[in-house]
Amino acid sequence: MIKISVRYFAAFREATGIESETLETPAQTPAELFSECITLHGSLRSRTASLVAINDEMADWETPLNDGDEVLFFPPVAGG
Amino acid sequence: VKRFEITAQAIDLEAFRALLISQSCGACVQFEGWVRDHNEGQKVLRLEYEVYAPLAVKEGNRILDQAMERFGVENACAVHRSGLMELSEVAVLVGVSSPHRGAAFDACRYIIDQAKLRLPIWKKEHYESGEAEWVNCRHCYAAGDHHHIG
Repeated sequence: MIKISVRYFAAFREATGIESETLETPAQTPAELFSECITLHGSLRSRTASLVAINDEMADWETPLNDGDEVLFFPPVAGG
Repeated sequence: VKRFEITAQAIDLEAFRALLISQSCGACVQFEGWVRDHNEGQKVLRLEYEVYAPLAVKEGNRILDQAMERFGVENACAVHRSGLMELSEVAVLVGVSSPHRGAAFDACRYIIDQAKLRLPIWKKEHYESGEAEWVNCRHCYAAGDHHHIG
């Protein structure tokens, strides 16, 4: 198990009702972590077209997670 | 000059244009993105941008670097608003100057297209119906919890 801080933005924050949480998780990638978050938060549904960052750098859904990482879940962006 | 900014204030168009002026440039292309009064059949009253600034600034500068390298333009700048916005306000401004127009048009188009795809910025539209919705995010949360959004 590793300890990960998770931050939710925009629609994800409103769906979960929280800005952040810390999880002890077996997840090895952001993709696995997001699946776990869906089971924790009933109203969170899909990460289709969403982006992820780790420690303030854009990352991939399959990037390996390390103990102490901060994972940022970005719902589909809509700038401009 | 290369500058990428996020701001909660109205964008100063003249000051922005001044950044791009250079005697070796014969072309300047600017793109303004405005707040529009409709989207997908709904009447929009105002909108709200949420920006994760630490990463938006980092990624925005990366896009400008890539545009300068790829198209060889001399100056590339962009500003994106955050917070509540009214109709017809400038939400995003991109400007490029270069010796010739072709590169300036191409670089400007590249920057706005990449910005829309890559920057951690979210838009919530407030509709005439009283509802509000995060654009592109309808599938992100369960339909039954729709009333939380707004």
